[in-house]
Amino acid sequence: MSTSTSGGAGSNDANVTRRASKRPKYSKFTQQELPACKPILTPRAVISAFLIVTVVFIPIGVASLIASHDVVEIIDRYDSQCIPSNVTDKVAFIQTPGEKPCNRELHVDKRMKSPIYVYYQLDNFYQNHRRYVKSRNDEQLRDSKNANSVSGCEPEDNANGQPIVPCGLIAWSLFNDTYSFSRNGNNLTVNKKDISWKSDRDHKFGSDVFPKNFQNGSLIGGGHLNETIPLNEQEDLIVWMRTAALPTFRKLYGRIEVDLEKGDVIHVNLQNYYNTYSFNGKKKLVLSTTTWLGGKNDFLGIAYLTVGGLSFFLALAFTIVYLVKPRQLGDPSYLSWNRNHGGQ
Amino acid sequence: MSGGRKRKLRLSKIYSFACCKASFRGDDSQIGGKGYSRVVFCNEPDIFEDGVKNFADNSIRSTKYTLATFFPKSLFEQFRRVANFYFLVTGTLAFTKLAPYTAVSAILPLIIVIGATMVKEGIEDWRRKKQDIEVNNRRVKVHKVDGTFEYTAWKNLRVGNIVKVEKDEFFPADLLLLSSSYEDAVCYVETMNLDGETNLKLKQGLEVTSSLQEDLHFQKFKATVKCEDPNANLYSFVGSMEFEEKNYALSPQQILLRDSKLRNTDYIFGAVIFTGHDTKVIQNSTDPPSKRSRIEKKMDRVIYFLFCILFLMAFVGSIFFGIATKDDFQNGSMKRWYLRPDDSTIFFDPKRPVAAALFHCLTALMLYGFFIPISLYVSIEMVKVLQSIFINQDIQMYYKEADKPARARTSNLNEELGQVDTILSDKTGTLTCNSMEFIKCSIAGVGYGRGATEVEKAMGRRKGSPPIHEHDIESEAGKIRGSLDKKTLIKGFNFDDERIRNGQWVNQPHADVIQKFFRLLAICHTAIPEMNEETGNVSYEAESPDEAAFLIAARELGFEFYKRGQTSLSTFELDPVSSNKVERKYKLLNVLEFNSSRKRMSVIVENEEGKILLLCKGADSIMFERLAKNGREFEEKTKEHVHEYADAGLRTLILAYRELDAEEYKEFDNKFSKARNLVSADQERLMEELSDKIEKNLILLGATAVEDKLQDGVPDCIDKLAQAGIKIWVLTGDKMETAINIGFACSLLRQGMKQIIIHLDSPEIQALEKDGDKMAIAKASRQSVLLQISEGVAQLASYRGSSQKAFALIIDGKSLVYALEDNMKNMFLELGIRCASVICCRSSPKQKALVTRLVKSGTGKTTLAIGDGANDVGMLQEADIGVGISGVEGMQAVMSSDIAIAQFRYLERLLLVHGHWCYRRISSMICYFFYKNITFGFTLFLYEVYASFSGQPAYNDWFLSLYNVFFSSLPVVALGVFDQDVSARYCLKFPLLYQEGVQNVLFSWRRILSWMLNGFISALIIFFFCTKAMELQAFDAEGRTAGKDILGATMYTCVVWVVNLQMALAISYFTLIQHFFIWGSIFFWYLFLLVYGAMPPHFSTNAYKVFIEALAPSPSYWLVTFFVVISTLIPYFSYAAIQMRFFPMYHEIVQWIRYEGKIKDPEFCDMVRQRSLRPTTVGSTARLAAKAHH
Repeated sequence: MSTSTSGGAGSNDANVTRRASKRPKYSKFTQQELPACKPILTPRAVISAFLIVTVVFIPIGVASLIASHDVVEIIDRYDSQCIPSNVTDKVAFIQTPGEKPCNRELHVDKRMKSPIYVYYQLDNFYQNHRRYVKSRNDEQLRDSKNANSVSGCEPEDNANGQPIVPCGLIAWSLFNDTYSFSRNGNNLTVNKKDISWKSDRDHKFGSDVFPKNFQNGSLIGGGHLNETIPLNEQEDLIVWMRTAALPTFRKLYGRIEVDLEKGDVIHVNLQNYYNTYSFNGKKKLVLSTTTWLGGKNDFLGIAYLTVGGLSFFLALAFTIVYLVKPRQLGDPSYLSWNRNHGGQ
Repeated sequence: MSGGRKRKLRLSKIYSFACCKASFRGDDSQIGGKGYSRVVFCNEPDIFEDGVKNFADNSIRSTKYTLATFFPKSLFEQFRRVANFYFLVTGTLAFTKLAPYTAVSAILPLIIVIGATMVKEGIEDWRRKKQDIEVNNRRVKVHKVDGTFEYTAWKNLRVGNIVKVEKDEFFPADLLLLSSSYEDAVCYVETMNLDGETNLKLKQGLEVTSSLQEDLHFQKFKATVKCEDPNANLYSFVGSMEFEEKNYALSPQQILLRDSKLRNTDYIFGAVIFTGHDTKVIQNSTDPPSKRSRIEKKMDRVIYFLFCILFLMAFVGSIFFGIATKDDFQNGSMKRWYLRPDDSTIFFDPKRPVAAALFHCLTALMLYGFFIPISLYVSIEMVKVLQSIFINQDIQMYYKEADKPARARTSNLNEELGQVDTILSDKTGTLTCNSMEFIKCSIAGVGYGRGATEVEKAMGRRKGSPPIHEHDIESEAGKIRGSLDKKTLIKGFNFDDERIRNGQWVNQPHADVIQKFFRLLAICHTAIPEMNEETGNVSYEAESPDEAAFLIAARELGFEFYKRGQTSLSTFELDPVSSNKVERKYKLLNVLEFNSSRKRMSVIVENEEGKILLLCKGADSIMFERLAKNGREFEEKTKEHVHEYADAGLRTLILAYRELDAEEYKEFDNKFSKARNLVSADQERLMEELSDKIEKNLILLGATAVEDKLQDGVPDCIDKLAQAGIKIWVLTGDKMETAINIGFACSLLRQGMKQIIIHLDSPEIQALEKDGDKMAIAKASRQSVLLQISEGVAQLASYRGSSQKAFALIIDGKSLVYALEDNMKNMFLELGIRCASVICCRSSPKQKALVTRLVKSGTGKTTLAIGDGANDVGMLQEADIGVGISGVEGMQAVMSSDIAIAQFRYLERLLLVHGHWCYRRISSMICYFFYKNITFGFTLFLYEVYASFSGQPAYNDWFLSLYNVFFSSLPVVALGVFDQDVSARYCLKFPLLYQEGVQNVLFSWRRILSWMLNGFISALIIFFFCTKAMELQAFDAEGRTAGKDILGATMYTCVVWVVNLQMALAISYFTLIQHFFIWGSIFFWYLFLLVYGAMPPHFSTNAYKVFIEALAPSPSYWLVTFFVVISTLIPYFSYAAIQMRFFPMYHEIVQWIRYEGKIKDPEFCDMVRQRSLRPTTVGSTARLAAKAHH
């Protein structure tokens, strides 16, 4: 306080004596004397920082791990099993048109509370490839007026001289295996409503845009679309069009809205249409419940616990080292220029 | 009516040597030939002859750009930087299909960055423009018609105009002097701006035009001047003037150069010969060399290094991409059919994998461009400008007396201030204040004067008195000084002796000698008195400050010189008999003025009694041998005193006189005027011979001692700088004795030091010099210097073991000529480096620059040159940093300096505080920039690994491009502007802290690479933890999985948090500003995410509502962010904690001291302060230490 008042007085004096004085005005800012906190890493600060991390991380870790363990997950890989054993050329088999039914049995080991989410999981599928990611036209998807805008969709832009709606590689390669589930002969309905993000349905895919000229080209990619349903209701497409980040990914297929009891055997009647064989990709069917943290993944819980434990260990180590080896200010040999000069 | 009287003077008569001999020199034959084609019609500016119509006008332009050239030129400047050029190329490529992101998002940051720099350039140039406008609009009186003169702006001046320049005005162009207020067309010119010399030069117009003294005389004036074309040679001029049908030769003597100043002359009339850019001074000005700091040069290398990493990554990526692409389509079967490899563009064509890989390489170069911090240059420039403002605003570097704050003229050297290894300092005006004070005298063998000199005080301090008593001595001296100040307060006069003052001298034993002594001081000079008509006080305009000091001393002691007539000098003297002031008049017969070879000046006067007296003052070395046998009465005593004075750092002169009988004088006068009128090269020699003959058989009166005052605080400042490990070399034009004295005064020399003096005053060489065989002299001199240098080196070697012994090297200008020769200079440098202090005396401006260059290039360390005069300009421009002293009038040094300060002592704060801070700030800032960009850029690369190197960025386009501009830049700028490792007080208390900069520990490759490594580690942790944590499973309770949009945004959030928190960990000075920027940047990211997400989807693409809909409601997003951020910081945090505690750097030690409050423990502080293996060898602290040691 005192400095600022004296500084003020000083500048007043200057004003009185000399109007045009070049004397810099005093302020804590210009004199670089702003009040500041100057933290340094004292032993106490370091140890408490580590302890705080420990104290915060371990409960979170435990909670995450519990959440992850609460999730019941059934994973079934079916890509190789769903090829008849007499088929040698899997690619040729999958590319021939016609139904390719396949029956799978899933055993429920633990009670699964509804909703039970059904996913398909692909592997080695580069949905994040630059050519793939860019191969869409958002204008066209949003508005029926833009049905002709197919730029960026090459080579899936036009077929037979007509624009394709929806155009582009992503839509063209739509995943088209289908699953139907039954338990003890009773069909389990799979609800496919609201499996996509609302913003996509409302703003990215138009309610007046209908598929047109889709999969009419020389080469058929993935699934077909019902031309009577507007795009914003084609939720499989919407989900598919939100490209995955990594080459191994799951996408939501639907929800089973009844509980599954322990010991239940679920029969899955699936149609194996989708070609992952040419690039050796796996296909998996996943049934999973969720918790507040989402699906089953122990990584986060374990990582929290590990880092929490590690910082506890570090806190301990620092405590011991600080106690055993107090710092010696008097030792100049740490200074870099003394080290450098040592040789001379 | 002193002006009127003065007007009648024919001053040219009192000068014998310097002027009036020029007319025959000019070589008329050249005129009209090549290079000598200029024809000027005086007073007829509208008449042109064919072919010479286009004289430049008188406006000058120092700006870099004009309105038209600003854009192309400054853009060109910008893109000369390799990083900017790179971004331009990638920005242009972004418009092609190659681009991994949209073109706008790539170009916009570049536009912002380039735009900001250009705005800065523009503002700087605008400032120069304003300065130009100011100069161009200065006003001068110019002849219109019919003898009327009117004011006009400088820029309107045309060749051939007649101008009237009044006292203390600058000449607006190169003028031909026609006439002045003096009858013989003489005028005085101050050329400080041209050559830094403070003494006035005399110029004289031609006899034929000297009568044109009235405005009206120019009504009909016509003349034609034929002369050389514009050139840069300040000291030559060839031309002739045709006036009234006759030709007269012109010489430099008639030319008044632009930027010099009219002094002691009421007005002059001149004809404009050269205007604007044709003037000699502007022809002479070279563009100042552009200096770049060491850190920036190294930064460039780091950027090249980053480019290498970038190319390597792109190359590796392209190979993998090429292989994967080729693999996609073989023998007609598609592998990744969903990419349609059968129907592909060139960029992904499996049939042409090499081309695809090459194109991909370009794409990758664009994508990984985030490795190169695009905003680094502009951030650094902004930071430096702000730092300069802090330097300019520092109240502790403001000099009240001159109303001058410090001024950083170039901002790009701030951090270099923190790395100075050697200071090369001028002496006069830099260490000393160029004000002379008459302080002592020795008359008739009796020493007078009680004032204590600075040196004496320093010596007193040095001699034994323990530090406790130091204060007493100082305060005592202060008291004496204080009482003196109260009594007199007269500039140039610090003499106090009750035996002499107030007329008491008449009671002294040799009163007659005292009378003669002061009379001589009052008469033997070339100064002009100026009577202030209101107060009746007389002031003097003298050629040198010494002379003014003598006159003031004489005036104060009762011998007041008040009038200079045509051939007479008038004084008021105290009559010893009547004790009244009486007027005495002396007839001035001859002046034999001072020059450096004569080292003396004399006047011959006739006093009222008709006696002819020769009064002489000169250097002791030549005066004692000129004494008459009967004039040596006081020789012994005087010599003793002179020695004493010189020891105390005072300038001494010996005063002597002789009476001439009329015959002798007549003979001399005859010969002398004959010689003077002689028009031959012999003239000067002849006149020197004649005066040599008459200045003999003198009778000694006594000696004067004038103190060349040290500036305030110089010794303390030097002490601090020495403690900081900075070497100081003094380069002065002064003579060796004075230089050594000043060396003692500022503790650069001390008693225990071994002085190695290299000079060429040995008898053998002097003998050779008499013979005049130049070759022989050079050869002998060279050998002698070589011998002396090698002896010095040998001496050093023999004392190598004992570190206590300090050496000082003193070398004079003549020896320096040889020492700077190629084969010897390295040896000389080695010797200089090993000596604690080096003093080069009698060195020319060129030598100063050469020594500076030698030190700069020889040691490879940063040099700082500090000086005040135009003779230091070369040195200032040559050194890494040039610091100009702006305290005194001359602005030449300041104009060519990088930083101007008012006083030498501010150097301490400038270097130890601002330099240290700026160095630390800039180097931390650059390291951090690399860190943050690597952290960001490397996550992109890692993502590529998982995207089959296709060039798909992990983040949204705008996330990418705004990273450098918004989310991470401002905290770094705040770091660069505000961070302080320790406060100013501690910087000054622990000067050794400065060595961090000199040793460059904060910007060593090790440190840079560590930061980069930290960046790589952070990127790895962020990427793998994020991808692992969000891998496959449902992202929220709704069962939806995380797509590219969500993973990208999460990772990006982590990056923003991590780099900003890393910053928070790394800085040691948290003000509100830092808090604001760091937390603000993080907050701004969320804000941006919200706002951008709310924009229509065709603009926000996959970031549409991503935060509001997907990220924010999901606990998993928050938990992942929290976990990744903390875990990423743990490695650095642990490292920093260990380093801080167990391997602290010097600034960290000081931080500990502050933290633990040990600052109050003087012993402990001392221990830390002295903690260097290199002992400090100069400065007063070292003196005390050496004292204690013995």
